[in-house]
Amino acid sequence: MKGRSIPWLKFTAPASFYALAQRLVPWLWPAAALCAIAGLYMGFFVAPPDHQQGDAYRILFIHVPTAWMGMLLYLLLAVYGAIFLVWRIKMADIMARAIAPTGALMTFLSLWTGALWGAPTWGTFWVWDARLTSTLILLFLFLGYMALHAASDDREKGGRAASLLAIVGAVNVPIIYFSVEWWYNLHQGVSVMRSDGPSMADSMVAALLLMIAAFWIYAGAVVLRRAQVEALSREPRTEWAQAAAVGRLTRDQRQRAAADTALDQQPLGPEGEA
Amino acid sequence: MWDGIGDFLAMGGYAPYVWGAFGMVALGLLLEGLLLARRRRQVRARLQRQSRRRSAAAAHNQGE
Repeated sequence: MKGRSIPWLKFTAPASFYALAQRLVPWLWPAAALCAIAGLYMGFFVAPPDHQQGDAYRILFIHVPTAWMGMLLYLLLAVYGAIFLVWRIKMADIMARAIAPTGALMTFLSLWTGALWGAPTWGTFWVWDARLTSTLILLFLFLGYMALHAASDDREKGGRAASLLAIVGAVNVPIIYFSVEWWYNLHQGVSVMRSDGPSMADSMVAALLLMIAAFWIYAGAVVLRRAQVEALSREPRTEWAQAAAVGRLTRDQRQRAAADTALDQQPLGPEGEA
Repeated sequence: MWDGIGDFLAMGGYAPYVWGAFGMVALGLLLEGLLLARRRRQVRARLQRQSRRRSAAAAHNQGE
């Protein structure tokens, strides 16, 4: 370990990540669009109106995916935050920072769509019940992470404080998820992931799954793109970033940058030797 | 399933709710995409300027 770089650390190099994302993202946009088009078609033209909620239930085709994405992105944010805190891997902080705005947007959209679904269905836009309140807290956690990260002049310090917040806030996610079972709630119970199968018509399930896929892929594409931009802006003077900015990042440059990162991030041994 | 475009847009009487929800989601995603594309252009342009300045300085030093 002494004086030699650890091979797997090369994969955590922003340059390696940049090249990989550059190859992935162009496929993700059309894939997300295709899923969204198919899902919207199924949701608006194949799935019948609900016998209780009429056509208002169609809001669920975007409400459920945004709500799931909000929680999922938060868990990812906490995981990357933990990786950054423990191993000081820069790329983890870049990923976490790239996730937060999309997570906040998804959570906001789930609250918005939920309110517009609740108004005709429950007769109110908002109630302070467990699920809605904990989802609002999720939104504040995302915003708090972003504010805390941006507040410190020292990015390393800001990143550590924000990561800590992200980890502590992760207890909120199971609270949101299980709130409909733990407490008496206005929010309806689980209707998709049930042990006895979904309590919906097949075309509704198909539309919902397609929309969920669309949001997953969209979130993946937008987070990878944002992480790329963040990686470039953090290492502006490096050879790889300047080559990448003109779209000519060579394999050699990438590997040199990766080797540099691996050396740079090598954990100190117990005797304090790098 | 729908009785013409008017019936579709009416959404069984839930038009403001359904279109308000889908509209905000579309707006949110569109805005996120546009803001990100703008930031990406800005960062790349900044790096390109730096790289040009650097290579100009290198050429200048070689000339002396």
